[in-house]
Amino acid sequence: MSTKDNFLKVKHLYNRAGFGISYTDLQKLSRKNLDKVVDNLLKNSQKDDPINLVNDFESRRQLLVQAGLYAKKDLTDDEKKMRQQIISEQNEVSRDLNIAFITKMINTDAPLREKMTLFWHGHFACRSNNPFFAQQLNNIQRKNALGSFKTLLVEVSKSPAMLQYLNNQQNRKGKPNENFARELMELFTLGRGNYSEQDIKESARAFTGWMYDKDGSFIFRENLHDTGTKTFFGKIGNFEGENIIDIILEKPETAHFIAWKVYKFFVNDNPNEAHVKELATHFYNSKYDIVSMMKKMFTSDWFYSPENVGTKIKSPTEFLVGLSREFYVTYNKPQVLIQLQSSLGQYLFNPPNVAGWPGGQSWIDSSSLMLRMRIPSLVLNDGEIDFSGKADPEDEAVIALSRTATTKANANMKPKSYVNASVDWPKFLSTLPKGLTPLALTQFLLQPKLNDKITTMVSDNKGLRSTAVEITSMPEYQLC
Amino acid sequence: MNRRSFLRNTGFVAAGSLFVPAFMKPLEAMALDELSLYKNLVVVQLSGGNDGLNTVVPFGNDIYYQKRKSIAIKPEEIIKLNDMQGLNPNMAALQEIYDQGWMTIINEVGYPNPDRSHFRSMDIWQTGSDSNQFLSTGWIGRYLDSNCQTCKFPYTAIEVDDSLSLAMKGQTKKGIALKDPAALFRNTNDPFFKAMLQNDKEHLDEDNLGYLYKTMIETSSSASYIQNTSKIYQSKSTYPNSGFANQLKTVSKFISSGLKTRVYYVSLSGFDTHVNQVGQQGNLLKQYSEGMAAFLKDLKSNNKLEDTLVITFSEFGRRVEQNASNGTDHGTANNMFVFGGKLKKQGIFNAAPNLSDLDTGDLKYQLDFRQVYGTILDKWLDVNNADILNKKFNTLDFI
Repeated sequence: MSTKDNFLKVKHLYNRAGFGISYTDLQKLSRKNLDKVVDNLLKNSQKDDPINLVNDFESRRQLLVQAGLYAKKDLTDDEKKMRQQIISEQNEVSRDLNIAFITKMINTDAPLREKMTLFWHGHFACRSNNPFFAQQLNNIQRKNALGSFKTLLVEVSKSPAMLQYLNNQQNRKGKPNENFARELMELFTLGRGNYSEQDIKESARAFTGWMYDKDGSFIFRENLHDTGTKTFFGKIGNFEGENIIDIILEKPETAHFIAWKVYKFFVNDNPNEAHVKELATHFYNSKYDIVSMMKKMFTSDWFYSPENVGTKIKSPTEFLVGLSREFYVTYNKPQVLIQLQSSLGQYLFNPPNVAGWPGGQSWIDSSSLMLRMRIPSLVLNDGEIDFSGKADPEDEAVIALSRTATTKANANMKPKSYVNASVDWPKFLSTLPKGLTPLALTQFLLQPKLNDKITTMVSDNKGLRSTAVEITSMPEYQLC
Repeated sequence: MNRRSFLRNTGFVAAGSLFVPAFMKPLEAMALDELSLYKNLVVVQLSGGNDGLNTVVPFGNDIYYQKRKSIAIKPEEIIKLNDMQGLNPNMAALQEIYDQGWMTIINEVGYPNPDRSHFRSMDIWQTGSDSNQFLSTGWIGRYLDSNCQTCKFPYTAIEVDDSLSLAMKGQTKKGIALKDPAALFRNTNDPFFKAMLQNDKEHLDEDNLGYLYKTMIETSSSASYIQNTSKIYQSKSTYPNSGFANQLKTVSKFISSGLKTRVYYVSLSGFDTHVNQVGQQGNLLKQYSEGMAAFLKDLKSNNKLEDTLVITFSEFGRRVEQNASNGTDHGTANNMFVFGGKLKKQGIFNAAPNLSDLDTGDLKYQLDFRQVYGTILDKWLDVNNADILNKKFNTLDFI
């Protein structure tokens, strides 16, 4: 296989399995056999490096205070203030956590692990007002990102963030709440149509008593657990939560559903059923070993076939992280990353609902596309955005608290915000080989095949820097 | 012309005539006869969960005063509509509108198994889903997708905002978000943007790249149509100085200049009043009412009120009983407002909220919000509501 051929494949691999690749690394890896490159990618992503932003001790203290205040009927003014203060501290830490996650993706040297974490972040979609819970879930998704799907599923199901989000705290013997059981099957494992309403009812009973305590740790409350006999997928037994998960994993539909979602995320929005089946069988036979499925996918010929290269619309995260990584961008006011995520429709840790972000063409409408095409010039040339964005519904309480904020939010009075980013141009340019032409840089930066128009457009460009800004502003740059 | 001006800063140079690909032409050159009898829908979203009980106050019911010791609106302050319900005093601007017969209040609108999360409930209202169903398209978006006679233009649905709400996104078609038509027009006329569109028919059959180019072309075409149609129009009416009123002023400009847009979407946020509700909500209701009154009178003076229907909703109402912080917490069913010059049932549409028959402290809904949507889809937008809402909803008699 020629180096040039490999060049394109390795670039594709790193665009999909990670967030892009530097020219230097690409040149180095292109000389290797593709299987070796995949092995190398997997090896580099073995290390699990959790986010440790949220202070464990302080969060537990806050939880205890909150629980105490929640139980009281009439609060004194001081107590009200205390409650409000905890909420505003949590909101601030939640924003920091968001920035920590996206910054991690920008800087990571384990790109596949972070990309997989992003995949699970959307698959096990969850919102939590409590940043400690949110961080915990994010770390569970990272730790198990490439491990056993079963372990991942069990740990996610027992995480306070998910127990709270899907109302399992309210799921008690005699008063079952079916929310968790339903989403477990519909969105996390089997997919719609592969279970009955009866299966939901029965399994909800098995998860009664799965809760978290005042400390923010999982606890199985036996006194709230329904110990009766349940009938689940024709099996009869005194099932508990773990038994239900085991039965769900015995069904090949689960492997198929996960493989289908992985394929849509990494390969193509329109899955090829034969390829999905191949992946699903492999996944099932490997007893749900995630890394084994990923390796199978990255070493399959079809992964590199033309219909799968340069044809996928980048998610806002892929777009922002890829751009920032490529050009060694530092955000002097990292808050802008949240604003950009929200304007582009993927506010991390705030999925639209438990089904996650729908992805594909739904990322693009006239305003999000116009903004995407302007962001590179704003980030790389330090421009200004005339954009105030919408308030997130969860921010409404904060807005409501301040009359001035409300007036401002509704009066187009928000100040213009500056991206205020620094680009390390010398570093970027040093990764490029001497004498690289603008056209060759274009070929490197874009995944879709070049057409005459682009070739002509860049041909009159003298500088690599202006070429880079121009290329990243093109619609073609939205694809990977 | 130096196309790199786009890249240096965002103040674009306005260029000459807009490049329109040949196949887009027929759309621009639509016959003008379709302009007559053009019906518009304006959707107003109150974000955060507006407290309906302090908006349309059930002053005739003692339970209201018992449950809301410190935040109830005093009977003498209320703008009474009948002997049971009246408007919050901050809504004085709407009294005239109400008296003219341009306003209908629909009580206790909701859906089965209500969700009290802002996000989820807003999602349900915007997509028109059941509470245990997840749709990735909005109800107006699916109207656009339906390829009906009344929804064939890319600018059929306009949201006056920077970003597009889920309600406006369909599978294949989406509405367009813009705050300022002139700014969007400038952006799409930037030399770089135009250069990207030049001679690009080759892309149009390709899947995702084609979709990006199609979106750019439609944005550009819509921006030019909206700007060229509306730029000459000068409103003679005065609007209050608020962002919300500004949004409505923009909508009025579009409607009055004869834009062939069917649906407009605007929102006002800040209604999540857990703490010290009275002042905060009052301030918002004032903005809402004064803006709305100015808007409706403006439409009336342009003879557009009969062709316009305005609805107002919030993702949920609030609990009947106030909390300990002089506020209210997330609840369920809520009232909706309908405005227009051609309402069939004016005033209060149905019975006042029943405060004595609650579901663990929350109002029970009398009407499903999709009956309201269904009525509008069937009777105002001329499509079969089952095609958009995935099942048939019985229509109501307010229009």
